[in-house]
Amino acid sequence: MRDETAEDENWGQQFDRLPETPDDRVVEGRPSREEVVDWWEERFGLDPETFDHYTFWEKGAGKIWAFPAEMVDPIQVEGLGMRILRTRQRHWKPSTNAVQRFCRDATKNVIELGPGEAKAFVAGHDQQLDRWEGDWGYLVAAHELAGELEPLGVGLYLHGELRSTVPKGRQEDLSKLD
Amino acid sequence: MNPLQRYAPLVDDEEAFLEACERPLPSVVRVNTIKATVERAREALDDEGVSYEPTDWHPGILKLEDSTAGTNWPYFHGWLHGQEEVSALPAIALDPQPGERVWDTCAAPGSKTTQIAAMMNDEGVLVGNDNNLGRLSALRHNAERLGVTNLVVTNQDARNFSMKPFGEQTPDEPGAFSQFDRVLVDAPCSCEGTCRKNPDVLDEWTMNHVQSVAGIQKGILRRAVQVTKPGGTVVYSTCTFAPEENEAVLDFVLEREDCEVVEWDVPAGFETSPGVTEWEDEEYDPSVTKARRVYPHQNDTGGFFTAKLEVQG
Repeated sequence: MRDETAEDENWGQQFDRLPETPDDRVVEGRPSREEVVDWWEERFGLDPETFDHYTFWEKGAGKIWAFPAEMVDPIQVEGLGMRILRTRQRHWKPSTNAVQRFCRDATKNVIELGPGEAKAFVAGHDQQLDRWEGDWGYLVAAHELAGELEPLGVGLYLHGELRSTVPKGRQEDLSKLD
Repeated sequence: MNPLQRYAPLVDDEEAFLEACERPLPSVVRVNTIKATVERAREALDDEGVSYEPTDWHPGILKLEDSTAGTNWPYFHGWLHGQEEVSALPAIALDPQPGERVWDTCAAPGSKTTQIAAMMNDEGVLVGNDNNLGRLSALRHNAERLGVTNLVVTNQDARNFSMKPFGEQTPDEPGAFSQFDRVLVDAPCSCEGTCRKNPDVLDEWTMNHVQSVAGIQKGILRRAVQVTKPGGTVVYSTCTFAPEENEAVLDFVLEREDCEVVEWDVPAGFETSPGVTEWEDEEYDPSVTKARRVYPHQNDTGGFFTAKLEVQG
């Protein structure tokens, strides 16, 4: 089994809690809680209340984790909640797991895929999808399952192409279902 | 020797026991209620034409008729997790509640851990520990796929698990704690109970291993009791039939730590047997009969042992 997070993992480092606002920032470049919550709202239309009972943490440069309780700060453990976002780069990148967990209620930048497109996406294939007229960049790719739209993961949309960012360890070949 | 013969005197129907141990296990999945309701997961399986049958005793545990779990949409979305039916018992005995602090001492690869997270409604603090760094990546992978956010992953020897990382020495700091509400010790063991899935365990079985692993089990269970609040719950489980690794471990810890064995609510329709008080030349505390043994022929599952302890003081 491949672990999507293993390659860029910094074992042994500590988790540091994000400052509440940019004004509270002590460590240069560290995003604030406010900026992280705003980002999910601006990019995908998530209600900021989604994260009300979550604390946010950084481990390694720019990797942001969400945890649904208070913890001592800093804390030296191997994992703390879910890795939700990669920051400290021009375009922040959401994780597949966070999009699946939190973006069922997304209202913006959601591209709905048909059955064949959804299978190609989770197999890790890039595909030409000229119908998208929204923003470029990271989108929630979703498909219909059991009567509702369900997020599959994160697609990177550039020049008419939807690139799958589903990590190798989460890719599936669902073609045998045909 | 075939270790199953060793345990035949403990079972009511020796022939049925040995025969069940030879049969392969059905493929079973648990619905992950962090990501989907049981109804929606079943609807998704129905839509794809995947046949399944709910178990008699749990609506969210489904026996798949001829599919492996890894090839359908609800699996991709983390709505389902492949988990042997009988291994759902310890979390049920533990009965974790949303918002509590819970420690899973030997968590990887995380089937029981993620079941506990779902029972906590993914709220509160769930510490998933394993001493094997390699196995921790499997725990992390499973937890993330299933959408668990309340998991803290640690890499310690559970026998001398340190509470320092959680602020034991700075109790006034927000989020600091030094004790858990509940602890699961799903201990490393001789694993004969998994022989229907992995028959090699029977060939690899040795008495030396039973003795050495029993020492580890005692150490982990003692530490579990020590870091649990008075009135809190510790569940001890294994997938071995060996009394040396089950009742003897309870007996050892009952003598040394302030705790007692209590009854737990076995799901209706699930057949179990009481813990044993005598084995070879040993006698165990009478309260170990409150622990439950599961033999493969009773419910057509793997073999298992689950005991619930209440911490006193």
